[in-house]
Amino acid sequence: MSLNREDVVKIAHLARLAIDEQSVPEYARNLSSILDFVATMEQVDTHAIAPMAHPLDLAQRLRADAVTEEVDRETCQAIAPQVEAGLYLVPKVIE
Amino acid sequence: MEWETVIGLEIHAQLATRSKIFSGASTAYGAEPNTQACLVDLGMPGVLPVLNEGAVRMAIKFGLAINAQIAPRSVFARKNYFYPDLPKGYQISQFELPVVGHGQVTIDLEDGQRKVIGVTRAHLEEDAGKSLHEDFHGMTGIDLNRAGTPLLEIVSEPDMRSAKEAVAYMKKIHALVRYLEICDGNMQEGSFRCDANVSVRPKGQHAFGTRAEIKNINSFRFVERAINYEVERQIDVLEGGGKVVQETRLYDPDKGETRSMRGKEDSHDYRYFPDPDLLPLEIAADTIEAVRATLPELPDAKRSRFVDHYGLPEYDATVLTASRELADYFEAVAKACGEAKLAANWVMGELSGALNKAGLEITESPVSSDALSGLLARIIDKTISGKIAKEVFEAMWNGEGDADRVIEQKGLRQITDSSAIEAAIDAVIAANPTQLEQYRGGKDKLFGFFVGQVMKATQGKANPAQLNELLKQKLDG
Repeated sequence: MSLNREDVVKIAHLARLAIDEQSVPEYARNLSSILDFVATMEQVDTHAIAPMAHPLDLAQRLRADAVTEEVDRETCQAIAPQVEAGLYLVPKVIE
Repeated sequence: MEWETVIGLEIHAQLATRSKIFSGASTAYGAEPNTQACLVDLGMPGVLPVLNEGAVRMAIKFGLAINAQIAPRSVFARKNYFYPDLPKGYQISQFELPVVGHGQVTIDLEDGQRKVIGVTRAHLEEDAGKSLHEDFHGMTGIDLNRAGTPLLEIVSEPDMRSAKEAVAYMKKIHALVRYLEICDGNMQEGSFRCDANVSVRPKGQHAFGTRAEIKNINSFRFVERAINYEVERQIDVLEGGGKVVQETRLYDPDKGETRSMRGKEDSHDYRYFPDPDLLPLEIAADTIEAVRATLPELPDAKRSRFVDHYGLPEYDATVLTASRELADYFEAVAKACGEAKLAANWVMGELSGALNKAGLEITESPVSSDALSGLLARIIDKTISGKIAKEVFEAMWNGEGDADRVIEQKGLRQITDSSAIEAAIDAVIAANPTQLEQYRGGKDKLFGFFVGQVMKATQGKANPAQLNELLKQKLDG
């Protein structure tokens, strides 16, 4: 399976990655070869095998519904670039 | 051309757990910003989600209530998109294998008919935080207290054919989650909200038209208005020779219109994949049975029982079972006073009217079910008439004490002594010779005039049945 130029640009945009124009063909080549590598597995007959959702064959453990976390807002916000009135401030986003 | 509307709803119900779906932070509403957003909710590196058992049990409860299959194995998936109120860059949701499979609910239509609406699925996911766009000198403020609050997303089949049906369905789900005590249903606080998928097609056509999705509607009234607006808009587009574009739209309650959300062309490219931080959720049959044992009587069953057991009309039973609290209140009154229909009339009439006017919930009623049944007991034993009872109710509502006290203090005890009523009638007849002559001359309508005069003379306290009978004798005599 090979990815074309548009595929790469779209994937980069969805992942919010800035890639420079000249590297697009190289990314396309590298990503395609990863897909080809994975596609090798398609040669194996997996009809009778249930798909796994996780590499560990275990079930999710559950926790009791209880409040166990005390939030220290000051510490959490110490690494934030900008806060005000207890809110994290970010560049304006509006739809 | 005649058009048919097709609607499907996605309802988001916040589950009433104490802690978040994947962390031990509190879900209490109204806390100071970011005081309930812990390291897991903030998406800090190295943290791991651990699933809340309470949220799982609530999802099972809902599934059982709509007769759905509970998945023995379901999987959490990452839904990837970037928005500042979603710190991890993905929302943990369920995609291919949801916890609740296909089920159905029955809705009541205005013409008295019922209709079954399919529920495609319901899945567990986490809520996002809140963005505040005002007052931060050109910046956006982010409060992540809501991030990680458990949601049950309930997806319907495209089975609804009008805005009214959509509202009826939404109300039914709302009643259900409140009966089940899995969601507080508070729409103002956003605990219960919906997205509507709306399309139109020429009547008789089998294939669906192109749909638009209206996001985040948080009141029953807005659902109806938003859908009606959207249907008109789509018909206008199609009849004008245009095409409906598949897109996400926002409802603006102030303008009463929907509008396209810009720059969302990538929004549906969520690249779901199983979350490697979470193992599959396995639910054993005995867990399901244990949850089933906790199911309360549900609205449909309660309604049937109200009809069969109390002999109530279907309409009354439907109104009274709209919420569990209202049904409980009615039952307490009906049992205490022994006359179910009288209890139903008062709960649906005076009481509901007063509550509506004051903007109160049934649980906040200043007149308790005990107090109301005390009042009804005085109607039943003929101490007061139904009309006087309304006056007593008003006094009780205003905190003037229980029925007996109000009746005594205001001297409202009904006059059942025939001689006293007769004396009042005689006085009225003597004072109105002209009317008497007209009445006897065939003007039957004047009977009401005499009733009114006697009631006035007795301050409304004459027993109405006795008054009618005695008055008739005297006038005709």
